[in-house]
Amino acid sequence: MYDFSYEKPATIADAVRLLGDPEAKALAGGQTFLPVLKQRLNRPSVVVDISGLGLTFIRREGNAIAVGGMTRHGMIAASPEIRASIPGLAKMAGWIGDIQVRHCGTLGGSLANNDPAACYPAAVLALGATIVTDRRRIGADEYFQGMFTTALEADELITSVEFPIPSRSNYEKFRNPASRYAMVGVFVASGQAGVRVAVTGAGQGGVFRHAAFESALSARFAPEALAGIETPAADLVGDIHASAEYRAHLIGVMARRAVAGAVA
Amino acid sequence: MQVELVVNGRLLRVEVEGRTLLVELLRERLGLTGTHVGCDTSQCGACVVHVDGRSVKSCTMLAVQAAGAEVVTIEGLAAADGTLHPMQAAFREHHGLQCGFCTPGMVMSAIDLVRMHPEGLSDAQIRDGLEGNLCRCTGYHNIVRAVAAAQTVMHPALAEKAAA
Repeated sequence: MYDFSYEKPATIADAVRLLGDPEAKALAGGQTFLPVLKQRLNRPSVVVDISGLGLTFIRREGNAIAVGGMTRHGMIAASPEIRASIPGLAKMAGWIGDIQVRHCGTLGGSLANNDPAACYPAAVLALGATIVTDRRRIGADEYFQGMFTTALEADELITSVEFPIPSRSNYEKFRNPASRYAMVGVFVASGQAGVRVAVTGAGQGGVFRHAAFESALSARFAPEALAGIETPAADLVGDIHASAEYRAHLIGVMARRAVAGAVA
Repeated sequence: MQVELVVNGRLLRVEVEGRTLLVELLRERLGLTGTHVGCDTSQCGACVVHVDGRSVKSCTMLAVQAAGAEVVTIEGLAAADGTLHPMQAAFREHHGLQCGFCTPGMVMSAIDLVRMHPEGLSDAQIRDGLEGNLCRCTGYHNIVRAVAAAQTVMHPALAEKAAA
């Protein structure tokens, strides 16, 4: 790893000021960022540790749950509040990586990175969550802008994410057995915003909503409603792990399983 | 920069670079070579230690991130008189190792896993819970047996439940 200077600011304002340096990078849980640094794929001159900003929390706010950007996957998976109100989100968080990764990795870090095979983007998009930063609120539909690309500015920090409580939610994924990332992950949610279905791990442009599944499930929220709806393979990823056609097939299988679990 | 942390019960003040990994501090500076580096890519789990009671991969944490924390390594588990931790004793009793390279990380992960589940773990849950630790000898069967036995010592209520 190349050397860098390490900063651990105590306020959000100080963190944003430090991130104003174009060679600065924020360190959240480090479970992706540190392996990247070890491989010398990135060379920040300043690493800004944002673990001292009070961004670790889970709280009910009206009909939503606000989760701090530095909240660890394991805390979201174990939270009684989230397990009761958004079980799909708790299940998704408890399925990331392994226990050690879940003790460190964070919601905000995953969303800022927007890995096309990460799980959180599917949950945030399907639940119609709002990403709250140090300066504004960004709706999930505007936030994700393609692989590893988001609406965030270079010095912008995710402070929390607000998840509206749905009436039903569930997540299913087909894991790559080596990396544990989603080869295909499908999050389904039904609530005040209607039915939303988001797919991760498969799209060439990162996470995406599945319009055909959403309209079928809006008519009838049951796995049978998805029978016969093909997902075009043209815009999907094909690689050594799975062809685009296979991923298209898996999207249907994962979506049916997710809906079946959500209504069970 | 200077970092203050507790390692195996001892308060230490050490000088590290920003880029120094926790595992480098433990092995190279403190001589605690029981913590192993198997893959260096956050996958194998040989480097697992406890930071404030939770298992983490010490190859994927900066030493400065552990500032102010309490770190326990495999060297810190046994009692001062040499009595093994119940998990260590169970690994010995059930021969939960072949070459032994993954063992320190397995033991540290297993202790955290059992701590998180006072209600008890099935064999399948133990296998699932240890997915972040790889054994290239593939000696998983006896590792699972060891963890299953250790949980009844760590949570005596489980032994009573089994006997009832």
